[in-house]
Amino acid sequence: MSNDMTRRGFFAKMGIVFNGLVAGAIAVPVVRYLLSSITNGNAGGYLSWVPLGRVNEFPEGETRLATFTNPYVTPTDGKTVDTAAWVRRIDGDNFQVFAVNCAHLGCPVRWFPQSGLFMCPCHGGAYYRDGSRASGPPERGLFEYPYKVENGLVTIQAGELPTPGPRASVDGVKPPCAYS
Amino acid sequence: MRVLIKIGEWFDQRLQLAAPIREAAEHPVPRNTASWWYVFGSAALVIFILQFVTGILLALVYVPSAAEAWSSLQALNHTVALGWFIRALHGWGSNFMVAIVLIHMMQVFLFGAHKYPRELTWIVGVFLLLMTLGMAFTGQVLRFDQDAYWGLGIGASIASRVPVIGPAAVKLMLGGPIIAGATLSRFFALHVFVIPGLLIGFVCLHLLMVLKLGINEWPMPGRIVRRATYVSEYHELTKKDGAPFFPYAIWKDMFFAGFILLAVAACAIYFGPFGPTGRPDPTIIQTVPKPDYFFLWLYGVLSLLPPSMETPALIIGPVLVILGLLLLPFISGEGEKSWRRRPIAVLTVMMIAITLATFTHLAEYAPWSPHMNAWSGDPIPEKYLHSTTALERQGALVFQAKQCRNCHAMGDLGGQRGPSLDSVAVRLTQDQLIRQVIQGGGNMPAYGKSLSPAETTALVAFLQTLHPPGQRPARDASRDVAIEDEKRPKTEP
Repeated sequence: MSNDMTRRGFFAKMGIVFNGLVAGAIAVPVVRYLLSSITNGNAGGYLSWVPLGRVNEFPEGETRLATFTNPYVTPTDGKTVDTAAWVRRIDGDNFQVFAVNCAHLGCPVRWFPQSGLFMCPCHGGAYYRDGSRASGPPERGLFEYPYKVENGLVTIQAGELPTPGPRASVDGVKPPCAYS
Repeated sequence: MRVLIKIGEWFDQRLQLAAPIREAAEHPVPRNTASWWYVFGSAALVIFILQFVTGILLALVYVPSAAEAWSSLQALNHTVALGWFIRALHGWGSNFMVAIVLIHMMQVFLFGAHKYPRELTWIVGVFLLLMTLGMAFTGQVLRFDQDAYWGLGIGASIASRVPVIGPAAVKLMLGGPIIAGATLSRFFALHVFVIPGLLIGFVCLHLLMVLKLGINEWPMPGRIVRRATYVSEYHELTKKDGAPFFPYAIWKDMFFAGFILLAVAACAIYFGPFGPTGRPDPTIIQTVPKPDYFFLWLYGVLSLLPPSMETPALIIGPVLVILGLLLLPFISGEGEKSWRRRPIAVLTVMMIAITLATFTHLAEYAPWSPHMNAWSGDPIPEKYLHSTTALERQGALVFQAKQCRNCHAMGDLGGQRGPSLDSVAVRLTQDQLIRQVIQGGGNMPAYGKSLSPAETTALVAFLQTLHPPGQRPARDASRDVAIEDEKRPKTEP
């Protein structure tokens, strides 16, 4: 009798172990599925060079709003992949391209050419024309996209929402909007 | 009638639920807990059921796709018959739910209901509060408009500040590198499946414990909670001075819940649904995003914290608050229950309530935000331009054109980020004005590079005229001496 119980008990335990193994095996792809939005971005997977416009669309000494389509698009994105950036042409091929996202909490900053300031409507962050912090809660200046000018075309390296936290540095790819 | 009873009996023979339900409904409760103070928990439950039903009704039409969510909300508001009413019920229901859950929590704390043996009921309640707030935030995201879009940006910016895992947390939260289709899909899953599922489970647990442990008795000053004796004392009380929950106490719950439902419906009819505001198009940057009212206090806190404090406060603050709430029943699990003998508890509740109310009130008019259109929209009061010189008027023009108005009010119009300038000349001398304009400081940007010397001179000349008629402008005594010194004829040595 007691032998029989031990045998049953053993099978019950084996049943638990077996289910645990199967659950573990199934959990691996589930976890990978859940984390895919992180792993897809490894090694600069989300970043690309996107054109902003021709150089002569941006007058020297002025700051203009430009829009581009985010390089990473999924079918249900709608308008959300359209992104704006502030383009400051200092002179010639000398540019600064700022993210519209405030370095405080990401609200869209607006450029006021008369006072030469970017102002944020949310918590009152302000930046000078070169993107450096002027006042308010931001701890740093505006995020800057890496840019290059080729054949009269301004292109920037974009693809990720700029956020104020530290960025995971990616091998061989300079992260966009890194600390300027 | 007899047929109905027969059918009922047929079912109960198989289900065997009638007896336990009757037992639960008629369990004795202490007589004086049949009070209007004990109605908030059941009201929260009724609102949760309202949210559940209206949520399903909205899901019949709503499309959780970043490309179509906004249009489907428009359809609900304008095309679908009474779609606006269901949206309004759900939106106002969420406001009422947050408010009632908070009131319930406050009442429970003041009545000492978190003490032995109801610690776990309180802890489950804390999770219910967090889930309610989670539902409120994810619900605001599903109203996929400009506020939702930039609200997600704020959430991502906060998440990014967590050390080490920040960047990964952002991508996990957004479901990709940017706020887009995948973001809305996962917030839909959270709002419609994950959090409600957990909520139902935790609500059942919460109710089960209320039934098993009995409702907290009315606290009497001097009746001390002791682990050794409490349970038997409580049973004695319900035996000696108890009454069946149904119908002795439940009628007040029913009336209050009905009244709250009526209030939600009245608000829904009178004020209508919330939004959606503008289309969630990130290239439209002419927007002033603001959170819904239950997060306005946070919006205020984020504006007023010193920059260096912000990241620690954002990351450590919530952890401390939640830990404090979870540990509360272990810190004060025994002793007095009555608020009359717990002055610190009463003061804590008052302080938290006043703090939250103050920040919420401040956030309603957001004095820290520049008024983006003040420079082109708000005129300079006429009286400040009477009998002024050409230079001073030129200065008024500079004042307006250089967007000073966005942060500085004049004649009660304009931004409130900086001080109002109606009497600035009384506070600052000419030198101080020039220095402040050119170098900035004290949270004001420096305008040295954006103003020509002539513009600065004109601006300061105008600012110096801004003093009440009876008050002289500030002046630097040493400067007078210096000027007089210059005027005095030089005497030969």
